[in-house]
Amino acid sequence: MLETYWNVEWIGSFLFSVIRISTPLIFAALGACFTKKAGLLNMALESMMLVGALCGVLASAASQSLFLGFLGAVAGAVAIAGIICYCAFFLKTDLYLTSISINLAASGGTVFILYLVCGQKSTSAGILKSLTIPKLTIPLIEKIPVLGAAVSGHNVLTYVAFFCVFLVYFLLKKTRIGLRIKSVGENPHAAESVGISVRRIQTISFLISGVFCGCAGAFMSMGYVSWFARDMLAGRGFISMSATNISNASPFLSMLSAMMFGLSQAIANALQITSAPAELVSALPYIMTILLVMLFALIRIGRRRRKMAKLAGAIQEE
Amino acid sequence: MQNISKIYGNGFVANKDITFSVNEKEILALVGENGAGKTTLMKILFGMEQPQSGQIILEGKEVRFQNPIEAIAAGIGMVHQHFMQALSLTVAENVVLGIEPTKGLCFDMEKAVRMTQEVSDRYDLRVEARARICDLSIGQRQKVEIIKALVREARILVLDEPTAVLTPQETEELFEQIKILRENGHSIIFISHKLDEVMRLCDRVTVLRRGRIIGSEKTENLNERKISRMMVGRDVVTSIDKEPARSRETILECRDVVCLNENGRKAVNQISFNIHGGEILGIAGVEGNGQNELALAITGMGNYECGSIRVNGQEIKGRDIDQIRALGVAHISEDRMRMGSAGELSVKENLISDRMFKKEFRRGPFIDRKKVNDFADACIREYEIACDHRDEPIRMLSGGNMQKVIVAREFTSGANLIVANQPTRGVDIGTCDMIRRKLIDKTRKDGIGALLISADLNEVLEVSDRLLVFYKGKIAAYFENVKEVTEEELGEYMLGLKTMNQEQIREAAG
Repeated sequence: MLETYWNVEWIGSFLFSVIRISTPLIFAALGACFTKKAGLLNMALESMMLVGALCGVLASAASQSLFLGFLGAVAGAVAIAGIICYCAFFLKTDLYLTSISINLAASGGTVFILYLVCGQKSTSAGILKSLTIPKLTIPLIEKIPVLGAAVSGHNVLTYVAFFCVFLVYFLLKKTRIGLRIKSVGENPHAAESVGISVRRIQTISFLISGVFCGCAGAFMSMGYVSWFARDMLAGRGFISMSATNISNASPFLSMLSAMMFGLSQAIANALQITSAPAELVSALPYIMTILLVMLFALIRIGRRRRKMAKLAGAIQEE
Repeated sequence: MQNISKIYGNGFVANKDITFSVNEKEILALVGENGAGKTTLMKILFGMEQPQSGQIILEGKEVRFQNPIEAIAAGIGMVHQHFMQALSLTVAENVVLGIEPTKGLCFDMEKAVRMTQEVSDRYDLRVEARARICDLSIGQRQKVEIIKALVREARILVLDEPTAVLTPQETEELFEQIKILRENGHSIIFISHKLDEVMRLCDRVTVLRRGRIIGSEKTENLNERKISRMMVGRDVVTSIDKEPARSRETILECRDVVCLNENGRKAVNQISFNIHGGEILGIAGVEGNGQNELALAITGMGNYECGSIRVNGQEIKGRDIDQIRALGVAHISEDRMRMGSAGELSVKENLISDRMFKKEFRRGPFIDRKKVNDFADACIREYEIACDHRDEPIRMLSGGNMQKVIVAREFTSGANLIVANQPTRGVDIGTCDMIRRKLIDKTRKDGIGALLISADLNEVLEVSDRLLVFYKGKIAAYFENVKEVTEEELGEYMLGLKTMNQEQIREAAG
């Protein structure tokens, strides 16, 4: 049985699928870095991506322009972010309850719009002539065994996602807005006391989050597949949220943990053709999420316990 | 500042017709006990609170600040007791936050470091500009706050109890830096109740008591004794008749108790004392000298690291709050809104909150409504709680009546040790009187022991039988007979001018 898997060709294509599956997770996890640094959990990644995916399909089908399609996806996701900000920061509703209801509304609302446009509720495939974002083969690297198969030939957005890791690092680390976002997240009173509007910074962080979710949505419906399907995100928003949280909103670690989840999904996909129970296999990425979150929590508790023990020891010695 | 008055929404007069001034190149001390109105006054100056009347005149022009940003722009800097800093950011980033220099698209870290360095060099405030705040000591973090104000070109600098968190060495350093600031033409308002520091550092002293100015005097015309007499004093001497305490068996036994605060510093430092049945032991002291931490440790709401606390012979370490209460501890907490009661729940529900699981209030698995109602009505009658109905939410009650509900619950819990932490703070005179009488009654009639922590000198002097004075987490004085203590004497111990020797203090554990 091992022989079916353990060959150069298979490994190359397996790694390829890991990267492919990780792409939307990386985008969304990077988006969540901004809100997390501003001290807030973005629970609406899911709906931002879902609406982005639908808007991408609709805009590209209507305009037959790839650029406008992509723009539509981003605009859709940012609009969702805007609604949440307006409710939570200006009308003072509870941010997390608002995010949950937006998620539910997006799940139903996208199906409703899909039905209005296509006349059916499950998918736009074969009905809407939406466009897909092209793939890119990298010359030279393409020829290298395994690496070429894994790295070359991805969707343009996949490469953009990896580039964005550096972009996010730069934005958070080197710019004024990044500094302000971090200060608001760590000590809003301190930020307020020097004249920074906490509300404005939080809004900005959500809108940036929306841009990244728009990219993720565009990838889902214009790259990963070439149509929109109901609830096509299947929890990716929440997986990305955990990826950001366990890596403490560092862009590089967020990318790595997003890829860990991508890896488990790829393993699940690979196992589907074996005799392993299908239900268990498809639950693998979600089980992985819980296990990783628990692991990181245990590490943190251990660290704190050691620190307290050290403090108490110092007093005993006195 | 002229004729400043501030009355809070609940009718509390924080500042009454206050006029004071600070000159250029002057270090002014603003002294007064907690609750004397120093902080309110400074909040008004800094635009965080608006006064009902009065005016602020800055360099000959009347000004009015709607928020701290305007005050900062006018050249007023404030170093808060709680530092306004983001922990994981660097010193330079914190300093320039809100006025960040940029270079093209980027935040100009180099310039931020230069700005920080420049100020820190000029005033000899040595802080590593690239260090992260979380790696700094408290003293260094305070310097960062000062630099923050100076970078924004503050000419008047308000330091709110700056030495409270510092070690003696750090305090010395801070004083040197404050003097450098004065020489550079800055004015400093130094809020403190440590008199030795005030005498050493300041040019002039203004004393506040209960929201009023008591006096303003050049330091050379004063001594610590004089200031302490201005600060500490009873406005009205009330007296309560009470029988002398008859000491019975020991109820609470504290031995070498050490409590740490969140900074890892010793808030309570090796304190030993006993409380017997039938007596009230008072603890006097300026707030923040460890009284609160001790009360939390005894009631199980806080921790203690070393030593032992025994209630009725049982060590309480490792027991939870419920188990400690079962040993016989009742607790009137300092903060009735946050810890003492549940605002949305009714008077009745608050009264039974510690005993709803007990047999006497249960019928099978359910709560016995009738018994609870009878009990609540009895409490309302006995403790004269003014409420419309036993089902009225407790938050609708006045502060005094809310406190009566808590007192009623704690006094009927069957405990034989009552820890009363500021039991009459912010309540009307009638309620004060009732709570004090009940406390005396309970000890005399039922033979329970009580620990009374209070910032109100009237209260500790009138109500307690024996008295401890806390200073910097240690017992500074012990009085076997409260009747012999004078206010002046008490003030000197509270402010650290005098300390008793170990022999005299050890008697507290007898």
